[in-house]
Amino acid sequence: MIEVISSDRCIRCDICERVCPAFVFDRDETGLPVIARQDDCQTCFLCEIYCPTDALYVAEAAHGPIGIAEAEVVERDLFGAYARSLGWSRGRAGGAQNDPTRHIRVAQV
Amino acid sequence: MASRRKEQPTEDGRHMETDVLVVGGGPAAAWAALSAAEAGARVILADKGYHGTSGATAPSNTGTWCVPPGEGRAASVEQRFKRTAGLADRRWMLRAADRAYENLQKLVDWGYPFPSEEDGSLYIANLRGPDYMRFMRQRVQKAGVTILDHHPILELLGDENHVGGAAGLSRRNGASFSVAAGAVVLATGGCAFFERILGGTGLTGDGYLLAAEAGASLSGMEFTGKYTLAPHGSSLNKGLPFRWATFYRESGEVLRDDRGEPVTNGIGGGERQVAEALLSGPVYARLDLAEPAIQDWLRRGQPNCFQPYDRMGINPFEQLFRVDLKYEGTVRGTGGIRIVSSDCGTGIAGLYAAGDAASRENVTGGVSGGGAINASWAIASGWWSGHGAAHHARSRKHRDFARLRPLGATGLRGAGQREDVELAVAARTVHDEIVPLDRSYWRKANVLEASRRILEDVWAGLNQAKPSVGIERLRAREVASVTASARWTVAAALLRTESRGVHRRSDFPREDERQASRIIVSGLDRVSALREDLALETAREG
Repeated sequence: MIEVISSDRCIRCDICERVCPAFVFDRDETGLPVIARQDDCQTCFLCEIYCPTDALYVAEAAHGPIGIAEAEVVERDLFGAYARSLGWSRGRAGGAQNDPTRHIRVAQV
Repeated sequence: MASRRKEQPTEDGRHMETDVLVVGGGPAAAWAALSAAEAGARVILADKGYHGTSGATAPSNTGTWCVPPGEGRAASVEQRFKRTAGLADRRWMLRAADRAYENLQKLVDWGYPFPSEEDGSLYIANLRGPDYMRFMRQRVQKAGVTILDHHPILELLGDENHVGGAAGLSRRNGASFSVAAGAVVLATGGCAFFERILGGTGLTGDGYLLAAEAGASLSGMEFTGKYTLAPHGSSLNKGLPFRWATFYRESGEVLRDDRGEPVTNGIGGGERQVAEALLSGPVYARLDLAEPAIQDWLRRGQPNCFQPYDRMGINPFEQLFRVDLKYEGTVRGTGGIRIVSSDCGTGIAGLYAAGDAASRENVTGGVSGGGAINASWAIASGWWSGHGAAHHARSRKHRDFARLRPLGATGLRGAGQREDVELAVAARTVHDEIVPLDRSYWRKANVLEASRRILEDVWAGLNQAKPSVGIERLRAREVASVTASARWTVAAALLRTESRGVHRRSDFPREDERQASRIIVSGLDRVSALREDLALETAREG
């Protein structure tokens, strides 16, 4: 579930609020996203990759928050991890042309 | 960039008018919208979520059923037909293969970044979900379609003879809106019965309820016994890495099959043994059969699958981790709205269905179309339904919006006064009757009968409840849709007294050749299930 919004990294752009398929976020009066409906989060990790500053962290547990803090996310270099493995950067798509899945499909048979 | 246009808060009572209204936001909705726009229709796409991230495809990485034209195609269809438990239709399979291939070529023409083979040719048999759906949104915008994000449709509008629009709300402020349309395409996805699978939380069978309220039928709802492995507690129901897994009991003992061989291939032969083992205790896995090259391809090709491991701090190739079998309902099952015409019409004038909202029995019969087949079906059925809807809208130039009445009932309107009906309790009850392995992996008469009674009570309670207002209407309708889907599933599962495809009856473990026919379900307060062959016979005898 979505657990961490880094107020230092966030640039108050509103993209996460707009792209979340489960409409999880509101924003406070300063424009900072607020996790308003956490239980609706579907743990799809997509808000992370759309975020232009890697300011969001979705923990792996789908049924409830695990209570991870921003400091641990920073220390383990987990901000932006999914975006980097896809080849997305600063909220922009990329890397699909390098997807090696075709090799897996051949090997799986 | 994501859409730069800011979402304007909908004012209460906003009314719009269009030729084709597409309900939903996944690939089938995108293809339906593009198709209708290409046919010259004005199109509104209303999505419960955000068109581009909504649904099961966007967070996934899906293969397509990609069969090039030529002599090999008929053979490929024949080969696949053998795996459909006798209930697919070769003609539909052929035309779906053809339409999907044509549209994959469109993606090439439009510049979707497919990977290349070693010889430089493009590999188009795979679509990376986040990239694919973001790309589709851009195409839909470019085609002039009006996209309404976070605008769930709550009910259809119609008269005695046809569907002519829909009404919904804005999630931002709960405001109501309505759309008058010449035709409506339901591309709302499947029903995950509140299981937290990837992209599935919003998949609550909304289109099934909308269609049934308009008088349409469903088909294949018993083919909902599909589960896929995932790391315990995660959302990642993606089976591919488990092709290279070995499984273990809590004691550390290797899980073995009847012949004493270690159980492997959790997306194939090993699945049933893992399911059996899970009934008696936790099961662990390790992807220890993956050679270094496979490990590299898996990591780079299926990065979504590795998010849970990386975040837990586990190396799944070396360490044991606990697994679940996640229930997938009609998302990877095959049931849905019954299709009665080649343009994906539902039999109700003006109402079309596409993608997982529609039954996929025509292309995959009684087995899961998970991944490839469903992806190609979404492309093909989206395209056909868009054209069908645009054509229908053209034939209905004179539309009298004033004659339309709202068709929604349960959770939305009615004389109910009870204030003690809690939606969260209803949702939990329905989930627990359908999702556990001993409910839907293996079914049997007495358990199904017990579920049927419990689900009848839930449905009655929803009807006795005081109708919801404002933003709460969305949850009320989602719970109503899942409850209705559960009742149709149980009715069809009771009628099919055999095991076939992804419908397994422990009291009828074998396939019965006399039951090689589809099962149609319909009705809301009274659910009925009947065999399609008998229904057609009765119709012929008049």
